[in-house]
Amino acid sequence: MATAYDRVRAARQSSRPTSYDYITGIFDGFIELHGDRRFADDHAVIGGIGRLAGRPVTVIGIEKGHTAKERVYRSFGQPGPEGYRKSLRLMRQAEKFGRPVICFIDTSGAFCGVGAEERGQGQAIAESLYEMSSLDVPIISVFIGEGGSGGALALAVADRVWMLENAVYSVISPEGCASILWKDASRAEQAADHLMLTADDALNLGVADRIIDESDIGSEDFFERIRNDLSHELDVLSADGSLAENRYRRFRAFGTYREREDAAEQ
Amino acid sequence: MPDIPFLNFLYKPRNELEKGGRAFVPAQDIEKEPEETCPNCHRSFPKSTFEKQLFTCSCGHHMRISARQRIGFIADRDGFHEMFRGITSADPLSFPGYGKKTETLRLSTGEDDAVICGRAVISGEECAMFVMEPSFLMGSMGSAVGEKITRLFEYALNERLPVVGFAVSGGARMQEGLLSLMQMAKTSAAVKRHSDAGLMYLSILTDPTMGGVTASFAMEGDIIIAEPGALIGFAGPRVIEQTTRKTLPEGFQKAEFLLEHGFIDAIVPRTEQKETIASLISMHRPGNTEDTDDGDSV
Ligand SMILES: [Zn+2]
Repeated sequence: MATAYDRVRAARQSSRPTSYDYITGIFDGFIELHGDRRFADDHAVIGGIGRLAGRPVTVIGIEKGHTAKERVYRSFGQPGPEGYRKSLRLMRQAEKFGRPVICFIDTSGAFCGVGAEERGQGQAIAESLYEMSSLDVPIISVFIGEGGSGGALALAVADRVWMLENAVYSVISPEGCASILWKDASRAEQAADHLMLTADDALNLGVADRIIDESDIGSEDFFERIRNDLSHELDVLSADGSLAENRYRRFRAFGTYREREDAAEQ
Repeated sequence: MPDIPFLNFLYKPRNELEKGGRAFVPAQDIEKEPEETCPNCHRSFPKSTFEKQLFTCSCGHHMRISARQRIGFIADRDGFHEMFRGITSADPLSFPGYGKKTETLRLSTGEDDAVICGRAVISGEECAMFVMEPSFLMGSMGSAVGEKITRLFEYALNERLPVVGFAVSGGARMQEGLLSLMQMAKTSAAVKRHSDAGLMYLSILTDPTMGGVTASFAMEGDIIIAEPGALIGFAGPRVIEQTTRKTLPEGFQKAEFLLEHGFIDAIVPRTEQKETIASLISMHRPGNTEDTDDGDSV
């Protein structure tokens, strides 16, 4: 059986299909839309409009790239504030025109650097969570590789969260966790066991709703299956008259805590 | 004292005698008052001096204080009614050492978790208030913190109250894994609902406010103010330094840096916060037009 860290390794493989592959494999007539209208165009985030089985949808994906050159161009799939602002701009546009939003997530985390902090990395993610929580169109987020903390969540306040079999989703990288816990990043494998970061774990915690079989990953059949599943799910969500209310309830319910009897008194 | 009188203003007293304090009181007659040293300017003062200045130093440094102390400084006398007490962290991941750690902290701090919530009166102005506790796992947000803050915003929405929140946090709590991460979305959704009802949320950032708390409710206030010198950011400075292998610019991620870059509304010293908060609440009270003495009134 695959260990949690085996999943992490698989999720990080550069040969894995990236958001760009999913977008071209699943949607027809995709037109990329660039920029956050404030500062720059973040190459770590691809966004635009395309058709999903005929229906116009907004598509947003965090892109890592495959080759070394591509990876540098894509900031290794680590969006800065501009990436999250572009994503949110396109989501608001989707809401205006009543288009569903499909997100593909594959990031080790939000970009870490002086410029990102100067331009409000935390604020950009916060605004994304805040706005997505009540966006009035269906949102489906698919984790295709790494799901690194707040940088991934910023595209995943969704009505449905699906994960590839070998995708991971975690509050902190196993390396980061190990270096905090044992001051030793090389014990990442052990840390991964504790973090409950696999797709199965996320499903058990209720964070994910579905696991996507990846035995034929990257093939035409694979993308066709996802296209059909997305299309079907959008039919279900589009018929939901209380979408934002249900999304609120979904996230409201997360948490495991103890409560003494006197807690209810006000 | 220095011999040149006009340079006296440059002079920092080295002891009580030079300060002209209790010079002639025989040592055995007074109980030696404990002193505290400012971590910034390294001068020592009697604890009561710091207390009078709400644990700020004349050099401008704001010392870290507990949530209870803060509530005492901000709320009116008998003006804080605590709510949602008794919500404590569970250990959903059976994370190494976590259960034991929180148990110890509950005993040592006397707090259930890293936030205190309640209804408060501040210079006569009513609000819902949350104050985070730095000594409980550096104010990190797990399920208990997320639940209490969410309940507070929901309560404030029902009661049509503004929310005043003091953030101090290292971020999302690693030991509760994905469930901690989900608290960022959960609290953000609650803030949004409160806001959509036309209600005001005043977020006050104190040292430090980092990670998943910066990237959620701390940065979602209608008005965001910060304490002088507070470290505020997403990634921690040490992590950035290690990742980029560059020396960070002077004052990086300090409150003053955020003000300069347009991410906070104002920096307000602790001694002025109560007044500022009360004014802001009063100016957001529905139908609030203050009677003024100008015009043709006699
Ligand atoms: Zn000082």
